[in-house]
Amino acid sequence: MPVELIVFILLALTAIGTALGMLVSRHAVYAALFLVLNFATVAIMYLLLDAPFVALSQVTVYAGAIMVLFLFVIMLLGAEQLPDEFKWRDLLPAIVLGLLLFAESVYLLFQKITLNTGLSSAAGEALTDPTLMAAKLFSDYLLPFEVTSILLLVAMVGAIVLTKQEKKA
Amino acid sequence: MIPVNYYIILSAVLFIMGMLGVLIRRNLLIVFMSIELMLNAANLAFVAFSRMYLNLNGQIFVFFIMTVAAAEVAVGLALIVAIFRSKQSIDVDQMNNLKG
Repeated sequence: MPVELIVFILLALTAIGTALGMLVSRHAVYAALFLVLNFATVAIMYLLLDAPFVALSQVTVYAGAIMVLFLFVIMLLGAEQLPDEFKWRDLLPAIVLGLLLFAESVYLLFQKITLNTGLSSAAGEALTDPTLMAAKLFSDYLLPFEVTSILLLVAMVGAIVLTKQEKKA
Repeated sequence: MIPVNYYIILSAVLFIMGMLGVLIRRNLLIVFMSIELMLNAANLAFVAFSRMYLNLNGQIFVFFIMTVAAAEVAVGLALIVAIFRSKQSIDVDQMNNLKG
C-alpha cells in the first residue's frame, strides 16, 4: 500500500472522528475544539491535493480567525451546555433522514461519476504556484474579488449594528 | 495516487455529518458550527476537482467560499449574541415567536 494512501486513510478517519465528536459533544467548547482539529486535518488534505496556499489560508482563516471568534462568543455567552440536549425520541426522524440522504448521495456519486482513475501524478507548477493563482485572481476574477470586499464591509457593519446595545430612553 | 472518488466520498460524509448536526442539535452555536462543517466539505470537493482537472478555478472558488464563511460567521455570531440578550437562551426550540 503506498504511503500516500495510508496518510489519506488516517486523515480521513481523523476528519470523520472529529466531525462525529463535534456532533455528539455536549459542551460547546469541546465541539469547537473538535472542529478546529477537523479543519486542520482538511488543511493537510489540501496539501496532499497540491493546494498549499489554500491549505495555509484554511489554517489561518478557519482554524485561526473563525474558530477564535466562535470560542470567544461561547465564553462570552456562558451558555456552553443546554439541559437535556439530546432527546432521543425526537432525534430518530432526523437520524433516519440523514442516513437516507447519505445513502442517496453516495449512490448518486457512484452512479454519476466514474472517476476511478487516480489523480495524475504530474501536477507540476500549474497548481502549487501562488503567483499563477494571484494572476488569475486579479484578472479573470477581479470583479468577484472586489465584490467580496464589499461583502466583508457589509458583514463588519452588520455585526456592529446587531450587537450594539441600545440606550434605553 | 489516490482516486479522486475517495475525496468526494469523504466530502459527502462530512457534509452529511454537518447536516445531521443541524438537524439533531438544539444548541444554536453547534448548529452554526455544523454549517461551517458543511461549507468545509464543499471546499474539499472543490479542491479535489481542481486537482483532478489541473485547473486553478476550483481553488479560487474556495477562497471566495472562505470569505463568505467569514462574513457569515461574523453576522451569525452577532445574531446569536442579540438572541441571547433578548431570550437568555440559545436553544433553537425556544425560538418560536416572531415578536422579540
